[in-house]
Parts: sequence; structure tokens; C-alpha cells
Amino acid sequence: MKEKDDDAAPGGLTRRQLLGSSAALLVGASGAAKGLTFQGTPEWKPFDNVAVEPVDTDTAWQFFTDEEAATVEAIVERLIPADDLSMSGKEAGCAVFIDRQLAGAYGGYERLYMHGPFQDGTPEQGDQSALTPKQRYRLGLGALNDHCRNEHGAVFAELSEEQRDQLLAQLEQEEIQLDDIDTQLFFELVLTNTMEGFFADPIYGGNRDMVSWKMLGFPGARYDYRNYVERHNEDLGFEPVSIGGRPDWQTQG
Amino acid sequence: MATKLPPTDAVVVGLGWAGAIIANQLVDAGLKVVGVERGPWRDTAKDFNIASVTDELRYAQRQELMLRTAQNTITLRNNPTQTALPMRKWGSFHPGNGTGGAGNHWAGITFRFQPEEFRLKSHLEERYGADSIPDELSLQDWGTDWEEMEPHYDAFEKIAGTSGRAGQLASGRQEGGNPFEGTRSSDYPTPPLKQPYSPTLFAETAREMGYQPFPVPSSLVSETYTNPLGVTMGPCTFCGFCTNYGCANYSKASAITTVLPTLIRKENFEARTHCEVLKVTTDSDGRRATGIVYVDSAGRRWEQPAEIVIIAAFTFENVRLMLTSNIGEAYDPATRRGTTGRNYAYQTANNVQLFFDDKNFNPYIGAGAVGMGIDEFNNDNFDHSGLGFFGGGSTRVTPIGATPINARPTPPGTPRWGSNWKRATVDNYASTMSIGCEASNYSSPNNYLSLDPTYRDRLGRPLLRITFDFTQNDLRMAQYVTEKTAEIARRMNPRQIVANPRTGPWDGRPYQSSHVVGGFVMGADPSNSSVNKHLQVWGVPNLFVVGASAFPQNPGYNPTGTVGALAFKAADGIVNHYLRNPGEMIST
Repeated sequence: MKEKDDDAAPGGLTRRQLLGSSAALLVGASGAAKGLTFQGTPEWKPFDNVAVEPVDTDTAWQFFTDEEAATVEAIVERLIPADDLSMSGKEAGCAVFIDRQLAGAYGGYERLYMHGPFQDGTPEQGDQSALTPKQRYRLGLGALNDHCRNEHGAVFAELSEEQRDQLLAQLEQEEIQLDDIDTQLFFELVLTNTMEGFFADPIYGGNRDMVSWKMLGFPGARYDYRNYVERHNEDLGFEPVSIGGRPDWQTQG
Repeated sequence: MATKLPPTDAVVVGLGWAGAIIANQLVDAGLKVVGVERGPWRDTAKDFNIASVTDELRYAQRQELMLRTAQNTITLRNNPTQTALPMRKWGSFHPGNGTGGAGNHWAGITFRFQPEEFRLKSHLEERYGADSIPDELSLQDWGTDWEEMEPHYDAFEKIAGTSGRAGQLASGRQEGGNPFEGTRSSDYPTPPLKQPYSPTLFAETAREMGYQPFPVPSSLVSETYTNPLGVTMGPCTFCGFCTNYGCANYSKASAITTVLPTLIRKENFEARTHCEVLKVTTDSDGRRATGIVYVDSAGRRWEQPAEIVIIAAFTFENVRLMLTSNIGEAYDPATRRGTTGRNYAYQTANNVQLFFDDKNFNPYIGAGAVGMGIDEFNNDNFDHSGLGFFGGGSTRVTPIGATPINARPTPPGTPRWGSNWKRATVDNYASTMSIGCEASNYSSPNNYLSLDPTYRDRLGRPLLRITFDFTQNDLRMAQYVTEKTAEIARRMNPRQIVANPRTGPWDGRPYQSSHVVGGFVMGADPSNSSVNKHLQVWGVPNLFVVGASAFPQNPGYNPTGTVGALAFKAADGIVNHYLRNPGEMIST
């Protein structure tokens, strides 16, 4: 996901717009100030601040090593298994989604308050870990495979579906204590990110072919239900739409 | 050192609802006004485009419209024996950033507080006895009354185009409106929104049970509407990307859709964005505010002198600015002396989930403020004799739009992953609804705001520290109103209901509401309030602090309608009273 950089683009304007705008004046006499003064008719160009670059799902892993990627794929394949309702989380692109998220601003918690002192509090005080998502995955995946090597003589991705399900349940219940990272911190992040990947708009690399939206009957990025709001208790039969459109829109008729 | 800028008549800190409304009123009165905003300038067409706003990951999960905690956050603890720790990711509430503030991503629910609320302490003592209010509560009157507030509510609703159905007009009770509301001088500017299935079903059952359901008042306009400032809005389309999102359709009222498009074109106004205010400056004896000091995004400091200083940021920043500027005396819970930070309160959010087998609610159709509600169990609308608590809640069904990263209800005991999780998720997605009960939160001597001794923001200033937990009064109230809500739910005959009354301790992790109030409250007595009924700071007559920070306690209603009304009230006080005797406390 492309993070808006407020500091680099004061006032929500790009440099180019800033130079071309009569509405935005730098505060005071000095051109070094970056606070912007607006007066008169605001000038803007549509779409400037809003575009998200769709994730390229075909390129190499951007954050994960190959072993890490194989481990994450083996996890998301069990958190969201293939069955009569949908393809698996792996096939839907959840590992790709997580990889691209970690490679972006989210991976470093760039938006979040990450100043110390870091100390444990009550559960109600929330996540107080100094670790960023990138660090949580790096440490957690390494510790999980260490555990698997010690206990099963193989890395997680090489284990059977039943073994993987059992291990994931043990992580969830904290029956296993991973080295280097709090087990719950790691498991909850992986579960949250997997569900994000499965249910978010496909432009982020998961939810391939809007599989989860078709499964639920969620119509996606639609914008006007005025003609439907009073049609109660009725299957409205919407085909979902992504921010990036729909596959059949790409076909010339 | 700060570079001194040319003086201005008035400086307004924060360009959300309150700041934009006041700035506009003062400019129209002929004052030269500078608005200072810590976040970016936001415009619907530029920031909230139909092609891209429907993005749950970006706006709900990654919280793009909200203040980045890296820029500023709070610390929290449940009681003074604990060490407060920073809220590193927003959970319980969602402060905003940029022009429009939290009013861009709000839900739009726009209640007026009831006449009794403005004299709550007096009202309860009159009805239940002089000793009836328990010691754990610090309820108080607002120093104003319904007759003074009503014209300002009316002005705000006309700016916002609020949709709804009147319950009480001068001509009498109106069928289909809220029978418990104060008498209105005019009807809502736009008619009620159309209703989806779940609120319709709720209202039918509530009516059968003898309750009086009404459309939830909503600042999502129901038809094309042009407000008194000449700004036009379009009808809500029920897209379901509303709470947590900016509106791409000019349907959800906010400062950027109703006030700023006009205000920014007025000659006497200028807005400075990406400028974060560090403090209010005062003269040597602290009796007069001389202006503000702010820092721009390049880190340069500027001093803006002004004849009148208006602080209209979010509750948290209003109070922090007063504490860091040494305005008033900081509240001390041990001695109960001091008023800055006193009477911080929240909202007590409860709900009941209903799992059906035979319904399709099309839950993706919705909006932050479409729905039906009842007020029979709100505030003092029912007899509290012998109940052991005061207060109550607004009971309602408001389907905000079931976006699937967050809205995947399953019954308790359902696995969180695997094939059984998936089956339950699919089975319940379309056939589950919930009834909320947004209940009061009554202030207590132990709940307060102060400066954190340890944690600092990126500019080196102390974070605001919240010390808060639910009182026994509020926990008992939550049990009662949730059971009343559950009675309605059972009557609707679902397969299963799950009642979720709020329990303690207050948990900073799950979202509950952004209705944080108090800490710089209004009243008639300087010993227990910070501002008078004109939002004028006691002892600093040219300083006004406006927002939900002025609420002495929080009733069972959403706050924004009252924030808007208080903004009009403060502007009225300045224009029609203060300017006649500048430098004096308003005496009327």
C-alpha cells in the first residue's frame, strides 16, 4: 500500500501543484517554511491524492526469504483451507499480500507511535511490543521452523496438513512457547494479516478473483444502493466489483 | 525561537466542525481570522474519490484518515495506581486529522441532547432527592439551558442538512418522531433516509411492544440539499463505506462538505495546514491570551498574535493545550482541586447480536447513520427509583455496511480459522444483525486527564494521559439497558441472541466510540468548570475553548450535534457580547 507522506507533500499538494497554485502561499517571508496558507478558491487536480498502486503479484518475494515464504504459504493454506466454499488462502494470494504489506509502510509501523520506554502493561493497555511487523515475522517464522526441526525433524512447510493444523492450534492456545518472540503476538498478527489478505480488495495481492467476496455475497466496491435499500430479505444477485474492476471488463465484446 | 507574524483579530486552532463553524461566523462579523490545522487540507474530489474510497484495508485497517499515533497519541491506564502506557495503535477511539477532522470519518448520527441534560444534577436531585446522586459520580449542570441551546442546534442542523423526523414541534407531538426530544423550533432540513431491512424489522417489533421507534437523526442527507452558506450536498447512496471513511458523494456532512468550501473563499480568512500548535501564549499575569505558537512541517516555529484565541481541536488536544499552556489549575484527584482535566467521560457502548436462519439483511447496504431507534431506556426517560443507577442508552439498529475484513459475525465458540470457521462465516454473514445501545457515561472524580510524566510526542511534549474506568453506576446501567435490548431481540425470534453489555475494566483495544468528552468543562461555577456557558475561559476572557471537552458528563447520545451547537453558541457569544466589551468576561 502506498502511504501518503504528509511531510513531503504539505497541504496535500504535490510539489508540482504547489508551484502552479496561486492559492497556496508559504507562510511568512521565508521560502523555507513548509506550513501552507490557503486563501481564496482552492486549486486541486482530481485523483491526485487517492490512487493506490495495485500490487504486482508476479514478481519475486519482496520481504520474505524463500524459506519464510514457503512457511507463510503453508500457514495460510491451513488457516484458510481449500474446500467446497473457496480456494485456499495460499491460492488466494494471502502470502503475497502479507509480503507486499511488510515491504511497505505497514511493515515498519511507520504511522505508529514506536517510542519507548517499552514495558509490559495490562492487556487493556494494548500492544506494547517494540517489534515491527517485519521483525515479528522474521523472528516468529524462524522460531516456528526451529521448533519444527527440533520436534518433527522438518520445517513447517514439510509437515502434513494434520501436523500443521495441530501446531497452529497449539500456537493459538499458547501451548507452544516460541523462542525469541511472544507466541501470541506472532500468531495473532499472522491470523489478522491472513484474514486481511483474504477479504481486502484484490488490488493488494490477495482475494484472488474476489473469491472471498463471491463466497460471502459481498458486492465489493459498489457505490449506489438507492434502488435496493428497500428491497428487503431478497437475494439481490450482485456480482462483486474490485477497485481494479472485474476480469470480464477486460474482454472486448 | 518563534518568528513573530503580523497580528490578526482572531486565531482558530483546528479546522474540524467546531473551528470551521466559529471561523465562518467571525469572518461574517467582519473579523480577520487565521485558522491553524495540524493535518493536511482535504477536499472531497481530491481525497475521497468514488473510484478509490471503497477500500477497507486502507481506511479501516490502516486508519489512513486518522491522526497517526507517530505524530501524537495518548497514554492510558484504568486507575492512578497503574503506570500509563501509550496507545500505539488507535483502538477504543479514532481521532482525526486534517481539515474536517474526525468529522470526515464520523458516522453522522446527530442527536440533540435533551432539555434535562443541561441541568442534569439539579434535575436528578429534584426528581429523586437531594442525596440521590452517589459519591462516585461528579455530575453537574452545564450553566446553560434548553432555551439557550435550541437555536444553535437548529443552526447546526441547517448547515449539515440533517435528515430525520421531528418528534416535538411548537405545534405539539409529531407521529413517527422521537417523543422524548426537546421542542424544536423547526423540522429537520431533509426527510428521513430510506430504511434497510434490519432497522425496519427492529422498528416493527419495538412498535408491537409499545415502544415509539423513530428514524435515527442523520447528517447524511436524504435528498439534494443546499445549506444556508450556499453549499450543495447530494443524497446518501447507502454505499456502506461510511464510518471510518470519507464520503465521496458529498452526502455526509463535515466541515469540508458544508462550511470550508464557502469559508476559504472569504477574503478575511486564511487557513494554515500542517501547522501544529504548541501552546497558547499569555501576558505576564496570565489574564490575557496573546496568541499561539505553532510549528510547521519543516520544524520552524511561528508566533501568531491575536486579539481573540479560539481552541477548537479534538477533546484530547484541547485539554493537552490547556495543560501545557498552564491555563487553569490542573485537576488533582487526591484533593479534587483544579479544573483542567476534570470530569473526563466516555460512552458506554453495549449491543445484542441476533443470528437468524431465514433472513437476508444484505448487510453491505448501509451507512453510518441510517437506522431506527427508541429512547424509552435512555437518560432519565424511565423511572430510576430503586434501580441503583442513573443514565441509560439510545437503543437502535444502524447497519453501517458489512465490509468483510471486520464484519464477519459468528456465534461464540466458532473457531477463528479452518473449514469450520469458513462455513460459519458464510452461514452467518447475511443473516446476522445487531441492536446497539449507545449509553451514557457519567463523570467520576477518579476519571481525569493529565500530562504523562514519561512519554513524549515527536516534538518533545508530554502525551496526554487518560485515567479512566467505568463506574459501578455505569456497569449496572449497562446490564439493565442491555437486558431491555435483549427483550426486543428475543421477540424478533432469531435462532440465537448474544448479549454484550459493557463490562469493566475499560479496554483500550476494541473500538467502542470516539465520543471522548470533558476535561475542560462548561458551567456556572469557576470552582468546578473551566469555561462559562459561552465557552469563554474563566479568568482569561479573550480565550475560548470549544468542543466536546466542554461536556460535564456524557448522556446516551452521540456528541457531534452538541459540538456543532456549542460552536454556534461560542460564536454568538463572541460576536453579540464579547466584541461589545472586549477583554471582559461575558456577564449575560
